[in-house]
Amino acid sequence: MSRLRLSGISKHFGAITALNDVSLEIAPGEVLGLMGDNGAGKSTLVKIVAGNFRPSHGEIRIDDQVVDFHKPLDAQRDGIEVVYQDLALCDNLSAASNVFLGREPLRSFGPIRVIDYPQMRKRSAELFAQLKSETRPRDLVRRMSGGQRQAVAIARTLLSNAKIVLMDEPTAAISVRQVAEVLDLVRRLRDQGMSVVLISHRMPDVFAVSDRIAVLRRGQLVADKATASSSPEEVTGLITGAIEAA
Amino acid sequence: MTNIEQVIGQSQHRSALSRVMNFQVFWVFIAAVLACLALTFLTDSFATERNLFNVARNFAFVALIAVGMTAVIASGGIDLSVGSTVVLSAMVISVLMEGGYPFWLSAVMALVAALAVGAINGVLIAYAGMPPFVVTLGMLSIARSLAMVLSNNKMIWEFGPDHDLLLWVGGGATLGLPHPLYVLTALVIVMSLVFRWTRWGQYVFAIGGNEHAARLTGIPVRNLKISIYMFSAFTAGLAGILMAGWLGSVTTNLGQAMELTVIAAAVIGGANLAGGEGTAVGAVVGALLIEVIRNSLILLGISTFWQGTFIGCFIIIAVGFDRIRRLRSAD
Repeated sequence: MSRLRLSGISKHFGAITALNDVSLEIAPGEVLGLMGDNGAGKSTLVKIVAGNFRPSHGEIRIDDQVVDFHKPLDAQRDGIEVVYQDLALCDNLSAASNVFLGREPLRSFGPIRVIDYPQMRKRSAELFAQLKSETRPRDLVRRMSGGQRQAVAIARTLLSNAKIVLMDEPTAAISVRQVAEVLDLVRRLRDQGMSVVLISHRMPDVFAVSDRIAVLRRGQLVADKATASSSPEEVTGLITGAIEAA
Repeated sequence: MTNIEQVIGQSQHRSALSRVMNFQVFWVFIAAVLACLALTFLTDSFATERNLFNVARNFAFVALIAVGMTAVIASGGIDLSVGSTVVLSAMVISVLMEGGYPFWLSAVMALVAALAVGAINGVLIAYAGMPPFVVTLGMLSIARSLAMVLSNNKMIWEFGPDHDLLLWVGGGATLGLPHPLYVLTALVIVMSLVFRWTRWGQYVFAIGGNEHAARLTGIPVRNLKISIYMFSAFTAGLAGILMAGWLGSVTTNLGQAMELTVIAAAVIGGANLAGGEGTAVGAVVGALLIEVIRNSLILLGISTFWQGTFIGCFIIIAVGFDRIRRLRSAD
């Protein structure tokens, strides 16, 4: 069974072909490293899966059901969550508020409905424990380390019980120690049975956590193979075009 | 070795006192109290019932609108049109009452006019994507001009059959306290709860903190912004009605330059012009400090022309404190 199956996905922007006949499959609990140079079509592919764009051709299936996303909310409803490069967090709010932003639990006092903060803190503490991240629900995100911020962003995806998590360059701008923390978080998500698509430029990170690696070059899928049977040298060759396909 | 649940469960060990002292509101409040104490000793006229009554009433108008402004500023916006909304609302109620309509109907119509101003601001900002500064600057001009058109730029001091009721509502007192103060107290209590405990309040601060993130989580950012500008206009409309009753006459220069005092009150009270921070109580304390300074200049015989200098300095100091705090927490 495949969790996500893309078949024959193409995307044209006017005369430009951003993606050409891309077919990919991800199993539940699998981590896919999506690699490619700038402009290779990684972001376009992610945006199609996340519901920002509709593909010009091809179809997307989730758990073998054909889906058609018109807007990001549609994708969210079908269990796709995106962890953005900038994490999309509100620095001025607490970790718990960020985890629950847009879906705060409410408690009723007669006709008045107020946010259930105790419930939010309790649940976020559970999520952070699940991620093994030392993040306190009451702390403001402004005061947090890069790794803790990642944990907050990733806890959001746990909360929504996502099936597929798309992570856009999660390790691009953080310290070495925090990179290790984030890679641990990716493994935790996988252990929960989620499928993770990791978009990254950093070869060591992709090789550290991914089960499979897919390489895009000029809108075409040039490789899709098990990480164990590939090597950083091969992937570099595939990205630059020194190796035609694998 | 501590396990992870303990670390997560640990709250920051800070005493209630140190938390309070971290709030700008606290220091502004102390400044206002010190100013009051100094004036009590320096002058015979400050601590009189008459003067305190006036201070309480005067600051209530600015404070009312500053609560609305705090919502706007906390969401990362600004509303320059509140002064003009005050005069539009005051003019609508006085023209209608002069024409023989009852107080309640006229008051509702005045609020409807104010809400319409806020709705137009909000739609242009949220849907047309125009900068709040520009939209509300345009509205500053439009709303005052409409008030002039409505009244033919004449002063109105006859308010028809409900004349006395209007003067009682805006200028009267119950149990020794001026009525605007009751309205302000109710508004502050309600809004403090709303800011903290409702989704609307949470989203106002989320938009001010990171609008893009708020949008990605599915928060209806556009409609929320419209409601925020409508709320700000509502407080201005409310102040307009009360000011009409307090002054007993309405001219088209009512509320002129009031937006600056209101923004100053909100900022001094801890609203962050970059968005994401602010409290209803802070807005009131900021307004209180400004009024106490204004009052003290008069009582001490200093030219009131100095007022602007003092308020300007306070704004800069307030923002300066914020910078220092931010630098310290960044370390």
